[in-house]
Amino acid sequence: MLRGQAVSEQTTITETPIGGARGSGHGCDHCSLPVPLGLVVEGRREQFCCHGCESAYRVIHGCGLDAYYRLREQAGDASNKPATIDDADRVSAFDTDKFHELYVRRRDDGLLTCDLMLEGVHCAACVWLVEKLPRVVPGVIEARLSLREAIVRVTWDPQQVALSKIARSLGTLGYRPHPARGGTKRTMHLAEQRTLLIRVGVAGAIAGNTMLLALALYAGMFGGIEREFENLFRWISAGLGVVALAWPGRVFFRGAWAAIRTRSPHLDLPIALALAVGGVAGLVNVVLGRGEIYFDSLTVLVFLLLVGRFIQYRQQRRADDAVELLFSLTPTSCRRVRRDDRGSEAIEQVPAEAVAVGDVLEVRAGELIPADGDIVSGRASVIASLITGESRPVAVDVGDAVCAGSQLADATVRLRVSAVGEDSRVGKLMALVQRGVADKPAIVALTDRVAGWFVVVVSSIALAVFAAWSVFDLGAAVDHTVALLIVACPCALGLATPLSLAVAIGRSAKRDILIKSGAVFDRLAKPGRLLLDKTGTLTRGAMRVEQWHGDPSIKPLVAEVERHATHPIARAIVSAFGGEELPADERQAIREVRVNGRGVTAQTRRGELLVGSRQYLAQFGVAVPKAYQSLAEQAAARACTPVFVVEAGRVVALASVGDAVHADAVASLRQLEQWGWSVTMLTGDERLVAEQVAGAVGLKPGAVSAGVTPEQKLTAAQQRGEAGPVVMVGDGVNDAAALAAADVGVAVSGGAEPSLAAADVYLARPGLSGLVELIASARRTRRVIRRNLAVSLAYNALAIGLAAAGLINPLVAAVLMPLSSALVLALAVGGQGLGRPVNQPTQGPAA
Amino acid sequence: MSVLYIVLPLALILAAIGVGAFLWAVRKGQYDDLDTPPVRMVFDDDDEVPR
Repeated sequence: MLRGQAVSEQTTITETPIGGARGSGHGCDHCSLPVPLGLVVEGRREQFCCHGCESAYRVIHGCGLDAYYRLREQAGDASNKPATIDDADRVSAFDTDKFHELYVRRRDDGLLTCDLMLEGVHCAACVWLVEKLPRVVPGVIEARLSLREAIVRVTWDPQQVALSKIARSLGTLGYRPHPARGGTKRTMHLAEQRTLLIRVGVAGAIAGNTMLLALALYAGMFGGIEREFENLFRWISAGLGVVALAWPGRVFFRGAWAAIRTRSPHLDLPIALALAVGGVAGLVNVVLGRGEIYFDSLTVLVFLLLVGRFIQYRQQRRADDAVELLFSLTPTSCRRVRRDDRGSEAIEQVPAEAVAVGDVLEVRAGELIPADGDIVSGRASVIASLITGESRPVAVDVGDAVCAGSQLADATVRLRVSAVGEDSRVGKLMALVQRGVADKPAIVALTDRVAGWFVVVVSSIALAVFAAWSVFDLGAAVDHTVALLIVACPCALGLATPLSLAVAIGRSAKRDILIKSGAVFDRLAKPGRLLLDKTGTLTRGAMRVEQWHGDPSIKPLVAEVERHATHPIARAIVSAFGGEELPADERQAIREVRVNGRGVTAQTRRGELLVGSRQYLAQFGVAVPKAYQSLAEQAAARACTPVFVVEAGRVVALASVGDAVHADAVASLRQLEQWGWSVTMLTGDERLVAEQVAGAVGLKPGAVSAGVTPEQKLTAAQQRGEAGPVVMVGDGVNDAAALAAADVGVAVSGGAEPSLAAADVYLARPGLSGLVELIASARRTRRVIRRNLAVSLAYNALAIGLAAAGLINPLVAAVLMPLSSALVLALAVGGQGLGRPVNQPTQGPAA
Repeated sequence: MSVLYIVLPLALILAAIGVGAFLWAVRKGQYDDLDTPPVRMVFDDDDEVPR
C-alpha cells in the first residue's frame, strides 16, 4: 500500500536532521540528488551522483556557465532532503525461511539467487556501482542490474554471506532493496515477448528471401526467363511461403478460429481469409505450373502485421510491468512478538505471509497494519481511508478491532491477529475484485467491429465477381476472385491500429500515465459516466495546513514542538513550517515537551507554548477569544480541523488543517463536463465532509453519494446507462472492486495495491490533470484510428474495384500493398503529433 | 545458369543458419534487456568512475 509507504518515509524525514542526504551526506553538484557513499571522492570539492552528471557539470563549468546552478537554487528546485537508509531492522526478515521460500531460488551448484528491486537507480553509474557488489561484499558471486526495471539479480554463496548483509550493503550504497514481486508475471511476459520476437524474426527472414526470388521472377516477366528456372523460383517461393504461413502466420488462423467459435468479429478473420485463399491458390498454380503465385505479398504481409503486434505488445508490457513493480515497494515484513518458555519476550521480523491467526504483532507509528486483529495493548489513532474512504483518523483502544491495510497514525500498539489472507477484510474485498473482473462486459474494439462487416461485404463482392466472370470464362473467374480476396486483405488496417495504440501508450507513459491495455482508448473516446472517489482522488488524501491566522514568526517554533508528536495533524504542521530555520539557541531552549492525542505543550524561551484542539485548550483553562472562535467555525465549515496556538496563556494563532482538494481538480472537472461526461462522486466518508469537498470542486450536491460501501461502489460501477462507458477513478482498497468492474478503471497516484492491480490505467502523477490528458489522448487516438480506417478502406475499395475488373496482376498488388501500408503508417505515427497538447507537464531540469 | 541449382540452396542454407542463430540468441535471453548492455559496455575494465 503505497500511500502508507510514502507517509512512513516522511516520518523518517522529520526525525533526521535536515541535510542528512542519503548514503554519504553529499549532494550531487549537478543534479543535487544525494551521492551514494561508494561514489564520493574524498578531498574533492565537487561530488557527483553519476558519471553523466559529472560530464554535464564539466561541460557547464568549463564553459563558464555556473550561473545555471545558482539560478536553479533560487528557483527552489534543489530541495532534495531524502532520509539516510538504515534498514538493519527491516532487512533482517530477508533471512527467514519464509522469505527464502517466496523469493530465493537455489541453483544446481548450491548458490542462491534472488531478484531485488532497488530504489534510487537512475543512470549508468548505478549499474557500474551495483555490479561491483562482489567486491564490496565477499561471498556475492554476481550482481546483474537491469537499468529499466531497477531489478538486480544477486547470486551469492550461502556459506559465506547472508542475504540481509547483502541487502544492508545495498542500502549503504544508497539503494534501498525490496524483494521484486510479480516475478511469475514478468517471466510470463518475457516468454511471450520471446515467442513474438521469434515469429517476427522468422517472418522477416522468409519475407526477405521471397522478395529476392520475386524480384527475379518480375525481371523474368519483362526480360524473359527460362521456363526451368522460373519453375525453380516458383517452387522455392512456395516452400518459403508455406513455412511463413504455417509457423509465424499460424497466429492469424488461430485468432480467426477463436473469432468464429465465439462468434465475435475480429481483425484476424479477414486476414486469415486472405492468407488462406492466397496460399492455396498460389500452391495450386505452382503445381499446375501456370498463373500467379502470391507468396511474395503474403510473406511480407505476415511480417508487417507481426511487427505491428510486437511493437504494441512491448509498449503495453512496459506499462504493465511498471505498475507490477510498484507492488515491490509495499512493506513485506512485520514484527512478531514471541514469548519463549521462560516467559521473556523477543521481537522478530517475519515476512507478512508468515503471520498466522493468534500471533501477536507489534505495529509502530506510521506503519501499515499487516493483518486483521484486536488490539491487546496500547492506544492510537488509525487512518483507514484506503479501506473505508473515511479521511479522518479514528481512535482505537485495547479490545478494538483493526483492519489490515489501515495505517497507524501515532503510538505503538500490539494486536492479536484474528484473520489473515482471504479471511481478512482486504481479502474479502479482493474476492469482490475478482468478481468485478469476471462481470466486466467485453467491448468489441472499433477495428474488430469494422472487420466483422468487412468479411461479409468482401465475401459477397467476391461471390458476385465470381458469378459475373464465370459467365464468360471459368478460369478467369477463379483467378480474379482469388486476386480480389488477397488484395482485400486489410493489411494497412491490421498494421496501423496496433501502431497507433503503441504510439499513444508510449506517449502517455512519458506523461506518467501507465496504460495496461490499448482497448482503454476505444472506450474512453465517447463520453459517459465518470465515478470519482473522494479521498486521495479529488483530495490529496493527506492532511495539510490550509490556512494560518496570526503571528507568522512563531511558525518555526510550532513546527519544532510538533516534531515530537506523530499525529497526522502534527505531521501536516511540521511539513508546512518545518522548512523555516529556527535559531539554534531557541531550539535548545525547548524543554518539557508533553504530547497527548489532542495537543502538545512545551516550555520555550517565549514562555509556555500550547498547540492543540479546543478541547485541549479547555483542559488548561485557556479561553478562546471571539475573533478566533469565528475563524475556527469557518475552518470547520471547510471540513478542516482548527488547531490553536497558545503562548503564555493567550491564543496567538490558528492553523486550519484538512485534506485539501487537488489544485487542478476544479479545472479538470470542468473540462470533463464540457466534453459531456456526467461526474458523480462516491465516497465512504460522511455526508458533511463529502458535500464540503463537492462544493469546493464545483459539483452539485445531487452528484454526491456519501457513506458508500465497497459493495455499493461495485453496484454503481456495474449499472450501465443506455449510452457511453462507465469510468471509475479511485485509489483505495474500497474502490478496487468498482475499478475492476467498470468499463475503464483508473487508479490514481498513491493508490493501494489492490486498486492498482484492478485498474486498467494508473496515473502516476497526483491530481486529476492526468485523467484529462488520458481522455484527450483517447479522443485523439480514436481520430487517428478512424482516419486510418478510412484510408485503408479507400485503398481496399480501389483494389477490389481493380480486381473485379480483372486489372490486378501480382505486380500491381505487390506495389499497392506496401504503398498503402506506408501511407497509413505515416498517418499513425505522425498524425498524433498534430493533436493539441493538453497541459504539457514541464519536466525537471535535465540531470 | 545451372549453377543456380547449387547457389540457391546454398543461399537458403545460409539464411537458415542466420535464422537459427537468431532463435538461439532469443531463447538464451539476449534480447530480454535492451537498456543495460549498451550502458555496461562504456565502463572500462579499470575503475573509470571514481569510487
